Amino acid sequence: MLSHLRTMWLVFIHLFKKKATIEYPEEKVELHPRYRGRIVLTKDPDGGERCVGCYLCAVACPVDCIALQATEDENGRRYPDFFRINFSRCIFCGYCEDACPTYAIQLIPDFEMAEYNRQNLVFEKEDLLIDSEGKYPGYNFYRVAGLEAGVKKKGEGVNEEPPVDVHSLLP
Amino acid sequence: MTTEQILIVAGVLFVLLNIAAGLIWVERRMLALWQDRLGPNRAGPLGILIVLADTLKLFFKEDWIPPFADKWVFILAPAIVVASVLMSFVIIPFAPGIVVADLNIGILFFLAMSSMGVYSIVLGGWASNNKYALLGAMRGASQMIAYEVFMGLSLMGVVMLTGSFNLGDIVAAQKNWWFVVTQPVGFVIFFIAGIAETHRLPFDIPEAESELIAGYHAEYSGMKFGMFFIGEYLGITLISAMIVTLFFGGWLGPAFLPPLAWFAIKLFFFIGLFILLRASLPRPRYDQLIAYGWKIILPIVLANLLITGAVALWLRDH
Repeated sequence: MLSHLRTMWLVFIHLFKKKATIEYPEEKVELHPRYRGRIVLTKDPDGGERCVGCYLCAVACPVDCIALQATEDENGRRYPDFFRINFSRCIFCGYCEDACPTYAIQLIPDFEMAEYNRQNLVFEKEDLLIDSEGKYPGYNFYRVAGLEAGVKKKGEGVNEEPPVDVHSLLP
Repeated sequence: MTTEQILIVAGVLFVLLNIAAGLIWVERRMLALWQDRLGPNRAGPLGILIVLADTLKLFFKEDWIPPFADKWVFILAPAIVVASVLMSFVIIPFAPGIVVADLNIGILFFLAMSSMGVYSIVLGGWASNNKYALLGAMRGASQMIAYEVFMGLSLMGVVMLTGSFNLGDIVAAQKNWWFVVTQPVGFVIFFIAGIAETHRLPFDIPEAESELIAGYHAEYSGMKFGMFFIGEYLGITLISAMIVTLFFGGWLGPAFLPPLAWFAIKLFFFIGLFILLRASLPRPRYDQLIAYGWKIILPIVLANLLITGAVALWLRDH
């Protein structure tokens, strides 16, 4: 009986405690920087698209909401011709970010994507591309890749040695 | 029936139904505050228009009767709970002269009418033809066995000290001492019985949403469910009003406020206590309630009755 009264008193005291509610539209939630929200395509430090159109994100996507078509420019650099994410299907699992070999596709802490028209949730490449390097500043895939695609000459990349003339290795 | 009586009846009905509706908002806000939340605060000032929104929602819900249900009993059950609780209010003196029927057997009438409420649970659960509803109805019946005996007996101390079943006389007898001072055991036990009577947490055993979905009203929707809902809030108001009348001096209080205001203040204090109980205490099993009622409370209330009787006799002779 006394423990019941004590419980009631302790619950009553909560009337004066700080409330946990965040009154959302007026007061915004402070999200973790690695929160999985809206998906974006980032750019490398030189302003080029990071995406190389490898389709790994589309394959990894459990709900098949990513569609893209890879193409090449005159230097042989691959980029997506179109890149489409249907956010009405997306479950924000982050597998695409995991799968991406060039840090191009990233999830950012923004969840305010409500729309009245379902069609408006289909984002094209120009909606997805942002002028930022996202969570991996300073990274440029073509500077560390062995491939020559108009960014640097062969052998001039980061941690890359000049190509060996195989004929000079003859005994 | 005079015009004055008709006015009193209409006024009491109007105020009670509005209190019962307003309690939807009061309960949700208070529960939220006690659980470190804010509760409904969007519609209207402090969210009070949630009452209107809830009522409109209930009115526009499909009023569905399951094809497997016993149709007429199913319709009748929610009406019984509201009607029986409203009938009990007939005998409550809100202020000097403001009482619908000044019966000389007031307490007996209250006990009879409030016990009728359990029919609504049993019939509603049975007519639903649903196993969870039936389980809830059975629990409602077993709960009535547990509390009804000591509820009646706990009031007999007050009746002995007053020498009357009339609630007006009982209030008048508390001029010097409220009965909570002379009958503390009776008050605590009547309060426990009152919680069980209204089927509120911690004794919401027939409803038990975590075990029986919603118990006896699992199959109800729309305004029929709304009637059960309103019946529950009216029940809280009734038990609070009875506690105030029987143990806390009814309308009596210092003269700087009118009697009706004193009654309302005490009434809302106890309504708040009911909501606090809901926020803080867990639900016992129904066999625990029966064992508690018969093995612990019944001996206590009988001892209380014996001592009160002895003291009343001694006071009469000296």
